[in-house]
Amino acid sequence: MPKTLTLKELSRKEVLLTAGHRMCAGCGAPTVVKMVLLACDYPVVAANATGCLEVSTCISDYTAWKIPWIHNAFENAAATISGVETMYRSLKKQGKIDKDIKFIAFGGDGGTYDIGLQSLSGAMERGHDMLYVCYDNGAYMNTGIQRSSATPFCADTTTRPAGSKIPGKTEQRKNLTKIIAAHNVPYVAQASPSHWMDLMKKVRKAMDTQGPKFLDIISPCNRGWRSRTDDSIMLSRLAVETCFWPLYEIENGITKITFKPKEKKPIVDFLKPQGRFKHLFKPENVGLLAKIQEDIDREWGRLQKEETCFSPQ
Amino acid sequence: MAKIVAVTGNEASANALRQVNPDVCAAYPITPQTEMMQRFASFVSDGMVKTELILVESEHSSLSACVGASAAGGRVITATSSQGLALMWEILFIASGTRLPIVMPVVNRALSAPLNIHGDHSDAMGARDTGWIQLWSENGQEAYDNTIQAFRIAEHMDIRLPAMVCMDGFIISHSIERLEYLEDEEVRDFVGEFKQMYPLLDLEHPVSYGPLILPDYYMEYRKAQADVESKVAKVVLDVAKDFEKMSGRKYGLFETYRLDDAEIGLVILNSAAGTSKDTVDEFRDRGIRAGLLKPRLYRPFPYGEVGEALKHLKAICVLDRADAFGGSYGPLFLDIATSLYPYQHKPMLVNKIYGLGGRDYLPAHAELVLNELVDITKTGAVKNLKEYIGVRE
Repeated sequence: MPKTLTLKELSRKEVLLTAGHRMCAGCGAPTVVKMVLLACDYPVVAANATGCLEVSTCISDYTAWKIPWIHNAFENAAATISGVETMYRSLKKQGKIDKDIKFIAFGGDGGTYDIGLQSLSGAMERGHDMLYVCYDNGAYMNTGIQRSSATPFCADTTTRPAGSKIPGKTEQRKNLTKIIAAHNVPYVAQASPSHWMDLMKKVRKAMDTQGPKFLDIISPCNRGWRSRTDDSIMLSRLAVETCFWPLYEIENGITKITFKPKEKKPIVDFLKPQGRFKHLFKPENVGLLAKIQEDIDREWGRLQKEETCFSPQ
Repeated sequence: MAKIVAVTGNEASANALRQVNPDVCAAYPITPQTEMMQRFASFVSDGMVKTELILVESEHSSLSACVGASAAGGRVITATSSQGLALMWEILFIASGTRLPIVMPVVNRALSAPLNIHGDHSDAMGARDTGWIQLWSENGQEAYDNTIQAFRIAEHMDIRLPAMVCMDGFIISHSIERLEYLEDEEVRDFVGEFKQMYPLLDLEHPVSYGPLILPDYYMEYRKAQADVESKVAKVVLDVAKDFEKMSGRKYGLFETYRLDDAEIGLVILNSAAGTSKDTVDEFRDRGIRAGLLKPRLYRPFPYGEVGEALKHLKAICVLDRADAFGGSYGPLFLDIATSLYPYQHKPMLVNKIYGLGGRDYLPAHAELVLNELVDITKTGAVKNLKEYIGVRE
């Protein structure tokens, strides 16, 4: 059983991503990384896909990482950490290492949902003892807010801008959490930095589970979302409370919703503070807003059904 | 005591890898390399090696996992061919730029399109400027010997670069030859223990691999890597000396065959060099002073030494089993021409493209080329600087 998390314990732990890194003010990613590392009870070695987090935390000759860390390329964080983990198993078997070490890969949604999907799928299927953490800000933010397969329907991006003819992204988001769950790995979950205790419990559970694990964590980007710098946590909370980003886990095939809003908020509460959706509030786009709400209601209903279908009696 | 065996090139390389006994191997199937990793995998299944296998979902992930495993702190191998090497291309630079001594046999095969699984050198030639050491092998024995030596070269403290060991697809990888194997203990002692300098798994000394380096320092890092390249040739020769003591087989940066007093010569890589040597002998029997140079260390290319070895010739034909598109000459030709450029009196040069996609290279081709060189020495004129041979008109 994982040890219970307490604030007291957390307040005494060392923060393993130091201050002084060069992520933007208001970025969700370093908060997510700090929470993930704080929740770990084991020594950790991390891999990092090319992206905002990587370019901003290790600019030679400085590093913000107090743990062993490796960046290889954009699409291969999962393959890279699978190599590190395999060497660990080899050296442990040979008696050259005695410590228990855990392995985490961090990637943004571009490096995970898109270019890194094959590498991630391969690593999950091979059964490495590793946790993959996707910090999902819904676009290629590092290169300047280009559309990814994680970009929400209708969001304005620089490669699918909301114009007079096309209202931003015309396709639905890919549901990567479900895709990884379909690999039948022991643990996948969605989390949000607004619900930090939920996030950290999930990390701790993942760390105590042998085999491949996947965590998809929403990570607001005020540059790409066109929102206020100090609204990041509020926006990630609204994502949860509107059920745009439901908090749930699938543990050994059993779905459990870990947070159910007392009163599900309308999706406009999440969309309104974000400039990337401002075109949706023009009179001609009222139908699109309705469609977004319908999609969310349907998916939330489906998730609740999944939870009841498979819950152990 | 050497053990005499009859094995394919793939089998010989797999056996060398077994004797080296690496910590981690990433494997992915591709013709004509597949047999090598299959055989190695059976060594793993039978507990004959300590190696942990990663059965990856692509060659891109294969080399990516090797980078992670090598940085983690141990000896790492993979093997590939053709499209697989092409898919690895991005990570080839990362492996060399990160100074990770991964060893990778490359069973040379043509590149698509059109799709072709047979032997030519397009794959490794496309990777010749990626910062990897390249050792080329004429036959199964050389592939075996080069594989063992590659670890010592790549892991040398002055070098720490990844290395490819090239052999011709099918012609060598799938042909059974007589070979001499070294004893397991001899190989183990020869390669020794490998110690990674800054292992990722050293928790007491956490390091960050793969930083962003901006214009203020990027060039210094590149220069440092270029400086290392200049030290490779000496290490290759030192390792070859030790290897000769153990095996009795002599290796250099390249092999010269009846070249010292030659007037005309061929420069040719890998298996076709063997065919060419027979034809050189026939010309010698007719009183024509023919010779041959076969590069072994192709990257970094020993320009100075090759130039010295060839400068006295009157005419040379460089035979390339890969073309460089864009109106260029074959890659080997470019290197030979560069080697000879500093000399005031240079041999006349011609370039022939041969054997693409597994097209047979026959003694008749070598004869044709040597006859042309005889004509060139007589007339002093080159008709075609570059030409395809053994091709339908």
